[in-house]
Amino acid sequence: MSAAANISAVEVVATSKIFNQGSDKQVDALLDVNLTIQSGEFVSLIGPSGCGKSTLLRLVANLLEPTQGSIRVNNKTAAQARLDQDYGMAFQQAGLFDWRTVCKNIELPLELKGWDKNKREARAIEMLGLVKLEEFGNMYPWQLSGGMQQRVAIARALAAHPPLLLMDEPFGALDEMTREYMQGELLRICAETSTTVVFVTHSIPEAVYLSNRVVVMSPRPGRILEVIDVNLGSKRNEQTRAADGFFRSITAVREALRGTHAEHVAANAIRGAEDR
Amino acid sequence: MTILSRAKNITAPLIFGVVFLALWEGVVVGFDLKPYFLAAPSKIVEQFFKNTTRIWEATVVSGTNALVGLIVGTVLGVAMSFVLSRFRFLSQLVTPLAISLNAIPIFVLVAVLNNMYSITSEIPRRFMVTLVVYFIVLVNVARGLTQVRSIHVELMRSYAASDLAILRKVRVPNAIPYLFTALKVAAPASVITAFVSEYFGGSQNGLGSRITSNIANSKNAAAWAYVLGACLLGLAFYTVSIILESLTRKGQTK
Repeated sequence: MSAAANISAVEVVATSKIFNQGSDKQVDALLDVNLTIQSGEFVSLIGPSGCGKSTLLRLVANLLEPTQGSIRVNNKTAAQARLDQDYGMAFQQAGLFDWRTVCKNIELPLELKGWDKNKREARAIEMLGLVKLEEFGNMYPWQLSGGMQQRVAIARALAAHPPLLLMDEPFGALDEMTREYMQGELLRICAETSTTVVFVTHSIPEAVYLSNRVVVMSPRPGRILEVIDVNLGSKRNEQTRAADGFFRSITAVREALRGTHAEHVAANAIRGAEDR
Repeated sequence: MTILSRAKNITAPLIFGVVFLALWEGVVVGFDLKPYFLAAPSKIVEQFFKNTTRIWEATVVSGTNALVGLIVGTVLGVAMSFVLSRFRFLSQLVTPLAISLNAIPIFVLVAVLNNMYSITSEIPRRFMVTLVVYFIVLVNVARGLTQVRSIHVELMRSYAASDLAILRKVRVPNAIPYLFTALKVAAPASVITAFVSEYFGGSQNGLGSRITSNIANSKNAAAWAYVLGACLLGLAFYTVSIILESLTRKGQTK
């Protein structure tokens, strides 16, 4: 491992998040989460709906404030990292701006950084090359397919060359074929740009295929149950999906998740019994 | 759209219009309806071309009132919608009022306004148009400024964008289609309000007052000729609002 890999990109320490604290709508979304992500790592967060994985991502992005604990990104407070645009973000919906061309969409974060026009345009063209959409710069988002829109969203998220990419189920709305293609593309792009990625997903094979580590979370209140190392090497391709190691890791993640599922069902059964 | 399909789109309503006018003419002639009851289309067209200058003069008067009110009302409505989107509590106070005012015929207020100004003043009419347009524009543009997609706001916050940057790069572009929707409603409404305002006294120089005076003199066909002028004016306003919209759209939505 290189020296750079030992710098932590994200440090979440004893962090909890409670929504509507004190009211009868109180939701304990996250409970005492500790997670350190090294620079250059690809880490997936996986768990059932409502396990707080999106909440954790938004805490790292400083779009939410933690109720307790501290979060450092790039060796700064999360708030400072956001102000410095140290991360790029992509969501399940591409969230492109309909009134901007593809190029102008990619340039938006650069505009907000105050870059001049020539520099922005040059970077947008570079990013279009990275996501292989060179010919589509002057089109409008609705003229592209869902997968292409998502690639533009990734290009936009990486336009400022941030060291960290935060992704919230970015391929969740795509069909299976497009999804696998996009996974390959994402790995290629991250390798080319040596970007650290935190990736929220529902899909076990997706998490395993992409990640160095898979973080398995429990249902509400969200806790980290297990962190599973995926040893598939750094070069992954279509053969990886048929490899024994791939299936072993899938089974490991599934068992970790099933454990939480069993607990969850048992807890509900007990709660149900108490209600009676 | 190909030229052929466009031609098809126009042909059907055109045939319908011609058949309708022919039926009208036929009924008037066939049942020997008296001109004071219903004028024949041929007589109306005849009157229209006989009185082109006067109809044009009246159209200019009503059209100017409508245009002035439309422009002032739009400017004020847009300005106020910015204030409302900035201060949400104000919006909660004003929006229900604005929506309910859209539903009632507030142009009858012109009768009261006429009392406040000299009888020959065009100000009450223009003021009335302004008021009608103002609320239509206000409600729509305020909606466009506030109803932005949450993913866009989250993205902008992740770029550490200021409120002003979010306004300029998300809220304003989002509100532009809403503005043109408002104008499509407001443009014909401004013309209608300008006409109706003339029924409540003041100078007898616009299309609305010419229609009443011709009916009072049993010149039915002439009155219809002025109605035709009024239709053309309303159509002109609507067409311009649609052209403006298509110019600014440049392929945004399908």
